[in-house]
Formats: sequence, C-alpha cells, structure tokens
Amino acid sequence: MKSFFKKIAAFFCIGVAAILISNSALAQTDQDAIMMSKNNFCVGLMYGYGSWKNYWEGTYKRDNENLGRVSSQMVGLMGNYGIKRNLNILFSVPYISNKPSAGTLHPMHGIQDLSLWAKWMPVKTSVGNGALSVFAIGGISTPLTDYTPDLLPLSIGLHSTNLTARVMADYELGKFFVTASGTYTYRNNITIDRNAYYTTELHLTNDVEMPDVASVNFRTGYRTGHLIAEAVVNSSKTLGGFDIRKNDMPFASNEMNATTAGAAFKYTFKKIHQLALVGSANYVIAGRNVGQSFSVSGGVFYAFNVKGTNKKEEKSTSN
Amino acid sequence: MKKTFILLSVLVSGILLMQSSCSKAVSSRTDGAPALNPASTDLTAGTWKLVLLSRPDSFAVAAPAATNTPGYIGELNEIKGLQSNLTDAQIGNIKYWSAGAVLRWNEIMRELVAKHNLPPYQNEDDTYPIPSAANPFSYPQFPFANPPYAARAYAYISAAQYDALVACWHYKKQYNRMAPFKIDSVINANSTYINKSDLPSYPSEQAVLAGVTAELMKAFFPTEIALVNAKVDALQNATMASGACTRSDWTAGETLGRQIASVFSARGRTDNTSKAVGTPAQWDSLATATTAKGETPWISLETPKRPPMLPFFGNVKPFLFDSLTVVNVLRPGPPPSTSSDQMKKETAEIYDMVKSPSSKEIELVHFWADGAGTYTPPGHWNAIAAEDFISQNFSEVRWARNMALLNMSLMDAGIVCWNTKYFYFNPRPSQLNTALKSTTGIPNFPAYISGHSTFSGAAAAILGHIIPSRAGDYDAMAKDASMSRMYGGLHFRTDCEVGLTVGKNVGNYAIQRAVTDGAE
Repeated sequence: MKSFFKKIAAFFCIGVAAILISNSALAQTDQDAIMMSKNNFCVGLMYGYGSWKNYWEGTYKRDNENLGRVSSQMVGLMGNYGIKRNLNILFSVPYISNKPSAGTLHPMHGIQDLSLWAKWMPVKTSVGNGALSVFAIGGISTPLTDYTPDLLPLSIGLHSTNLTARVMADYELGKFFVTASGTYTYRNNITIDRNAYYTTELHLTNDVEMPDVASVNFRTGYRTGHLIAEAVVNSSKTLGGFDIRKNDMPFASNEMNATTAGAAFKYTFKKIHQLALVGSANYVIAGRNVGQSFSVSGGVFYAFNVKGTNKKEEKSTSN
Repeated sequence: MKKTFILLSVLVSGILLMQSSCSKAVSSRTDGAPALNPASTDLTAGTWKLVLLSRPDSFAVAAPAATNTPGYIGELNEIKGLQSNLTDAQIGNIKYWSAGAVLRWNEIMRELVAKHNLPPYQNEDDTYPIPSAANPFSYPQFPFANPPYAARAYAYISAAQYDALVACWHYKKQYNRMAPFKIDSVINANSTYINKSDLPSYPSEQAVLAGVTAELMKAFFPTEIALVNAKVDALQNATMASGACTRSDWTAGETLGRQIASVFSARGRTDNTSKAVGTPAQWDSLATATTAKGETPWISLETPKRPPMLPFFGNVKPFLFDSLTVVNVLRPGPPPSTSSDQMKKETAEIYDMVKSPSSKEIELVHFWADGAGTYTPPGHWNAIAAEDFISQNFSEVRWARNMALLNMSLMDAGIVCWNTKYFYFNPRPSQLNTALKSTTGIPNFPAYISGHSTFSGAAAAILGHIIPSRAGDYDAMAKDASMSRMYGGLHFRTDCEVGLTVGKNVGNYAIQRAVTDGAE
C-alpha cells in the first residue's frame, strides 16, 4: 500500500500566507517528497481560506480599523504528471478573492499566476534502516491576468514572474519521515500603473525592483499508504526590500518575511485508491510587513494512469 | 551522488547567471537628461515681472572683482584644482546637475513631499496627533505633506526661485562677468560635461537657486536640513568643477538667494496657513452649518474618525488673485442637494461604475491616484511639466518662470477648491451609499469639488499656454485625471466637471500673468 501511495501526489496547501495578500502556496507537492509514477496523472481541486486582523508594519504589530479583518479565499486547480518514476511535472492555477471587513476599499479577485514545476529525484538510497531521497526542483510562475499588484493588502498577487530553485532531502524510517528543503526564488521586476513611487527614495518610473526571496521548509510526521499526518514549519525572507512606513500602505517590494507553523494531512481511500482528501492549517507565528494570517485549506484529488498500463506492474516498479 | 552534484552545480550556476545577466536596478526617466542647452540666454530677464519683490535690485549685490586681479586668478586656480582630480562620482554629479538646477530641485522637492505625505497614526484614545513645526522630529513628524500643503510648498519655492533668478539675471547683465570657461582656456578644455553658454556668471544662477531653495525647504521640511545642505554642497561642487562659476560667483549668488527667500518666508508666516487646521469647535461648526441648510454634512470615512484635512486652507492668500476673488468670482455655486433626485442619480452612476472595475479602469485610477505616500496631484503635474520642459531648451530663468506659473496655479487652484469643499461640506459617494467601495484610498475631506479635477484643470490650462503644441494632450490628461476619480468611486460627476472648469478659470489667471510678465 505504501508503494501505491507514492503514485499519488500529495497536495498540501500549507497556506504559507507569507505575504499580506495571503497568496497561499498551492500545490505543496513541490515541497514534499512524494512522486507520481510514470504516466500517472493526478488532478485536484483545492479550496483555501485565510484571514488576518493584525499585521506587522516593519516590526511594529498593529491592527487597522480601516481594513478590519482581511480575508482571502482561493480555489485552485492543480495537477502532477509522472514523466518518469523520478521526474514529475506539476502545475497549479489559483483563483483568489481578497476582501476587507471594514473601510471603503474595494475587494479584489481574479485568476492569479500559473506555476509549473519540474521535480527530479536523482538519489534514492538506503541509509541505516531507512531511505534517503534527494530532490532537485525547479519552477516558474507567471501572472495569467493583468491584476494590479499595487493595491496591497487586497491585490491578489505581486505580479512578478518568478524562477525558483529548490534542493530537498527526505529521510524515511518506518512510518516516520523528515523532509527539509531550501529554496531560492528569483523575482523579476514588475511594472505598476503609476509612473512614480516612493520606497526609501523617489523613483520616477513604473518599473519596480523586486528583491529575491529565500525560504526553508521543514516537515515531519507519520506516513503510510493511506495516511500522512505531518507538522510543517516554513520560514521565508525577502532578500532586500524595505519596511512599510508608519501608517503607510504596504508595497510590492516591501521586505516581507514570515515564519509559519502548521499541520497537514492526506487521506487516501482504501477502497478507491485513486481518490484522496487533503487538508491543512497554518498560522504565521512571526513576520515583518505581512499579515498574521491563520489559514486552512482542503482539497480532493483523483489519480489515473494516462497510458492505461497495468496498475499492478506500476506498483511493483515504483518502490 | 555524482548526478546530484552535477544537478546542484547546474542549479547554482543557473541562479548566478540569472543574477548577473538580469540587473534589476531601476532607473528614473530623468536620470540621463541631457545638459541644459538654452535656445536663448534670456539676458534681459532681469526686467521680467516679479512675484513678490518690488525691484530686481531690492537686495544689493556688490560689483565683482575684475578678471585680471590676483584674487580672481586664484579663484580660477581653485577650479583647475577641482578639475584635475575628478572622480567618477563627481563627474556623475556634474552630469546630474547639468540637466538644470530648477529641474533637479523640483525633483528633490517632490521626493520630500512623497516622503512626508503620510497621515498620522491615531493616539491611544482614538484622537489624532497633529504634526508640529516647533517639534518636527517627534512623531508625527512635521509636516504631513498632504495635497494643499504640497501645493503651497511647490508654489512658494517655485515663485521664490523665479524672483531670485530675475534678480540674478539683473545683476548678470549689469556686471557682465563671463564664466570661467569663457575666460580661461584650460578650464574651457576641461569643461566637457556641460553646454557653455555666453551668460555672465556673476552671480551664479545655480548658487542663487541653491540659496533660495535651501532656505525655503528648511522651513517646509525642517527634518531634512542635513539632506538639503548636502544637495547645496553637491550643486556647488558640480557648478565650480564644471567651470561654470568661481567661488565669488557662488557666494554672491547663494547670499542673494537666501535674502530673497526671506521675503517669501515672511509672506508665508502671514498668509493664513497657520489657521488652516482649525479647532474641534470650528470643525463641528462646519457640520452644523451644513445641517442648518438642510443638507447632509460630510463625515470622515476613516476609523477612528479623522479631523478634516486643513479645513481652512481655503482662506490662504493666493498668488494670482486676492481672497475676495476666491469667494466672489471663482468659488462655484452649490452641488445638487444631498436629498435631490439628481444626487441619487449621481450616486447610482458611481456605484455602477465601481461595482466591477476593469483592469483598464483600475489602471487609470492608480495612475492618477497620487494619494498617501506620493508627491500628490500637484507633484504629478510638476513631473509632467518638468519632463516636457527638458526638451524645450529653456534657460534656467525661463524654467523657473514656467514652474512658478504652474505652481502658483496649482496652489491657487487648491485654495479655491478647499474653500469650496468646506463651504458646501458635501459628502463622498461612499458616505451616501455605504455599499460603494473605492479602488484607491478615499481622501479625508469633502467631495465637492474634486481636488484632482481642479488641480488638473488649472495645470492643463497654463501648461497648454507654455507649450501650445501639447495643449490638447494636457486637456486629455486633465480629463483622465478627473474621470479617474469617478472610476475610483471617490467623486460624483458634478464634483469632477465643475472642478475641471474652476481649475481652468484659475489657470486663466496664470495665463493672464504669463502674457504680461515680459517673458513672451
């Protein structure tokens, strides 16, 4: 059963909510150690909800009665395809809707960014009594619509095209596992609708320099063919950027840092192996220029073999 | 494991490649502005009509030393010393200022406005602190450079720069001492980053601008004295090292500039700005008077409720006309009654417009929003003007004259607009329909008439006079700025249409001045 489990992508929306826009990380398959088998395709629908009342203006934590509670809802379509046993391609497309509970600002909603990932597992070997896997993951994300990044915290995203490189290691010992990864995200500059803006100086241009982002992710827990239950800690830091000034609005190139702690599960039905449910909850425990978001998500996934090859054969080769 | 190492090195080199090949540093539109190359030196500008000074020689400037005296030759040697050791940073500084000191001081001013344009955070008891000029460094820092404050700062500094340069040109013509690069062939050969004009250099126009601007900026932005002083030094270094002026040209100019600033500072202390904030009792009386007329008074849509922005700025003394003209001639009639069908229709119109905003509409709203943390709508029109003036080959004095006309129009438009806003104290669309949400921040003052429309109407009128070939474009921009406030859910159609007309009427006073000031 364990082997079958690995054919199915585990999609965990850990709801990083690392930034004020509650741009939750969607298909967390890019951050876990689960691979789809060759020719298998898993597709799923996720729903996420996150909200915050307090946020950090630089290091100063405050609320804002002109925003009230800022909530973010997300519906995402995502998929994972096994090109080879150790090479997967993943995608996600979210629709996001952000809304303040108070004040006069207009809610924002729309389709956000397309993310594509290639996930490669070059190493899988026995170490001690367990198994060590090493992954290299590359990703690109790019906006699908011309939503504005310049109405934070209500903008649905930052509108930059990003390139991501990640190195990840997973160690599995019996039913327990530990996964750790480090990520570097290169963010392309963005353009905004106004042609002058102030950061720590005045810029007479609509071009905004977007600092890169580094993050680490650590997850550990229980993993069998039918159930994964894990604790997740994620910390991301913007490599540059500036603080929101006192009583100013946030800006896309702020230094947005967040550490989140949360839990996630995935349950695969015993009688219908193709069907799985996922869920997660996360809370921002420390941050800078971000909202202190609590977010939950849930989703349903269905896996099938695109080439219609013999499942039993697949199973035997996959582990 | 070998594979892993290969992969890791591919990843690492990929990241390094991305970083090295894609420099993310952004550059401003005017970074590479060409060196000022005036079509005319405007040598007779000393006769142009002054704003506040009664005469161009109100402040005496002593005759300079002759160019064959030992003292002057020593000054030339000082320049040669500067020119022999120029670092890349100093060359960059020369190129930066060579585009024109009026342009660069205007940009610095806009930067300071943007930096200080933040509404104060509330106190524990939900009241709001008011910035204090007497205690500028403590929170909330002085000033809160909101649109009326900014309009007035731009106008005072621009008008003072203009008067100071008219006086400067008066003495330049009178004393007729040529610039170092005209007098000394070695300096001439080393003066490669500027255009060398025949304009006499005593007193230095850059020095006059530095003196007059620094003195006024210190009053408007008292926390920025160190920054302003550093800019003065940078301009002095650039001007002397480029061979455009000697130390005595500089000293005479800076002194003259600072003296002329004092005339504007004195006016500023008595122009009624000190009473523009008002008192809680006065704020209440605005609402009471509106209710007595049977109208719904404006209320702050912020939480906690913020006192209205500079409610008595409408009583500030204008530059282009007198205060009676504000009230009797320029202030428009009333908006539709808050209980009228017309107002209901206009509210419904804005609600429909902003209900489901398109990207195109949001783009227009954000392009013109110029809200908190920006250089404000008057700053936006300064940017439009400055970037157009770069290609017009104006002399510094003509630059200053045109910026003064623009900024006096903007300040006076602000005065008429604020006078109207607080005379009628009319609500915003989202006050009359709380389901109506805006796609940018809602300003904390009454709706009628639209500030963006009034500022833009005035700016488009005077800029269209200065550069007639662009008049149609300026009108279109003003219309866009005005409409953006409807698309954004911030204003009724009447606010915008009447605002544009009132602004245009204000701009016409500037045009009247322009055709008679001797510069055309």
